[in-house]
Amino acid sequence: MWKIVEVEARLFLRDRLNSLFAIVFPSVLLLVLGAVPTLRTPDPNFGGLRFIDSYMSALVVFTLVFIGLQRLPAVVATYRETGVLRRLSTTPMHPARLLVGQLVVNFAATILSVLLLTVVGYVVFGVDLPHHPLGLACAVVLGGASTFALGLVIAALAPTARAAGGVATVVFMLLMFFGGVYLPRFMLPSVIQTIGSYTPPGVEALQQAWLGSAPDWRHLAIMGLVGLVAGTVAAKTFRWE
Amino acid sequence: MAIIEVRGLGKRYGPRVAVDAVSFEVAEGEIFGVLGPNGAGKTTTVECVAGLRTPDSGSVTVLGRAPGDVRAAIGVQLQASALPERMRVREALELFSSFYPSPVDWSERLGLGGHLRSEFGQLSGGLKQRLSIALALVGSPRIAILDELTTGLDPQARRDTWSVIEEVRAAGVTIVLVTHFMEEAERLCDRVAVFRDGRIVALDSPSALVSRVDGATRVRFVPSGSLDVALLEALPEVTSVSLLGEQVVVSGSEDLLHAVTSLLARRSVVARQLRVDQVSLDDAYVELTGGRDVEDR
Repeated sequence: MWKIVEVEARLFLRDRLNSLFAIVFPSVLLLVLGAVPTLRTPDPNFGGLRFIDSYMSALVVFTLVFIGLQRLPAVVATYRETGVLRRLSTTPMHPARLLVGQLVVNFAATILSVLLLTVVGYVVFGVDLPHHPLGLACAVVLGGASTFALGLVIAALAPTARAAGGVATVVFMLLMFFGGVYLPRFMLPSVIQTIGSYTPPGVEALQQAWLGSAPDWRHLAIMGLVGLVAGTVAAKTFRWE
Repeated sequence: MAIIEVRGLGKRYGPRVAVDAVSFEVAEGEIFGVLGPNGAGKTTTVECVAGLRTPDSGSVTVLGRAPGDVRAAIGVQLQASALPERMRVREALELFSSFYPSPVDWSERLGLGGHLRSEFGQLSGGLKQRLSIALALVGSPRIAILDELTTGLDPQARRDTWSVIEEVRAAGVTIVLVTHFMEEAERLCDRVAVFRDGRIVALDSPSALVSRVDGATRVRFVPSGSLDVALLEALPEVTSVSLLGEQVVVSGSEDLLHAVTSLLARRSVVARQLRVDQVSLDDAYVELTGGRDVEDR
């Protein structure tokens, strides 16, 4: 199993454009936004915080949905379409291990990306370190579980890799919208804000853990539930060839 | 001793019968060919032997066990299967090696030694096939199932692949070879099973299949003097005689040449531009599977 993770990790890194995008892009975007003076000036709209402080959670949302919906389903559906899973099913190793390897590598990339973002925010702009690290860890893990599981459902149900890419992109856009990536959440109507609290990967829980106190357990529970249900559906409906 | 036993194998996909009442045995050390047009049930049959599909009826035993229990003893190269584009040859070999207790590295013998750093997506068709064979053999299987190994290869790459297969057999591996190239079957296989519409229509050595065809040998010549065609037709070895301008074309059994030349000698006729053609497995195959139209479907 270790060998599979190692090879998958190498393949992930070899795909430079995508791996850089997943790991480095959120931090780069933070640097770009932080370069704009008004965005690093405290603003009453954010309860006296700066735009970049309140945008940290949205950048984590971006990381999670990009990896979970743009990377994972594309790779998995391509593995099926080109016969990689079929090839593995002729060996004593079950092809499911390959998918586990994918999840491990993508999750590791997520953690790396969030850590990098935290460090860049703290060092460059003095953004507070997460107020509730354990809460943030839970929010990232459960948010990741929910988006990755959605990605796997799409990979399981889509007939082709192209179809998987198309559907995943639509979901990707929607979740970014609700997660306050396009427009900061304070600019969104309150109903959209509320929806965003409950759609994966759960921006509200991320925000509270980072800038407030503990995240609301109900938000975390919803993410766990989405992950569980979607993960089960993906496992039940997955075709190996 | 039979290393693979298939008895009354049946498999359907929905209403379509893919394989029906197929039985055969493969002896240890043999190269067993599976021939037939597309959709004749070849791949389904070998997938059942490899334990990738469960038969609807009949039984398959490999090394006396169910195929799923001896997966490590069966090396499989499937059509329409691949590796991730950017996986390097060395990584693929290492990855697959990690699945087996005592892996064997075939990369040098298969001429992959100089390509270990190449990515799968960059390999030529021939090298992809070699890698595929190397991966099928990495677990030192006792049986290798090779499906449409040389389809899409150029003639040189195909011949190279053939010598690889002979080498694999020399290493003591029993081989089940699915193909639709007659030349390949004739060159490599000890016995072939010809499939048609989900059934085996013939199972024999390639030369025995050829000799089943009427008029398997053809002799053409231009006689130096006049020759009565009826004399040729009267020979027991001859099945038919036709005239193409000056040229006489005689078809018949394997001993045809001797019979014809003896007759000509007795009549003091010299056979000029003498040519002997052997019917190939190709012709036998076409006869067995019911014509080209089936093959090209």
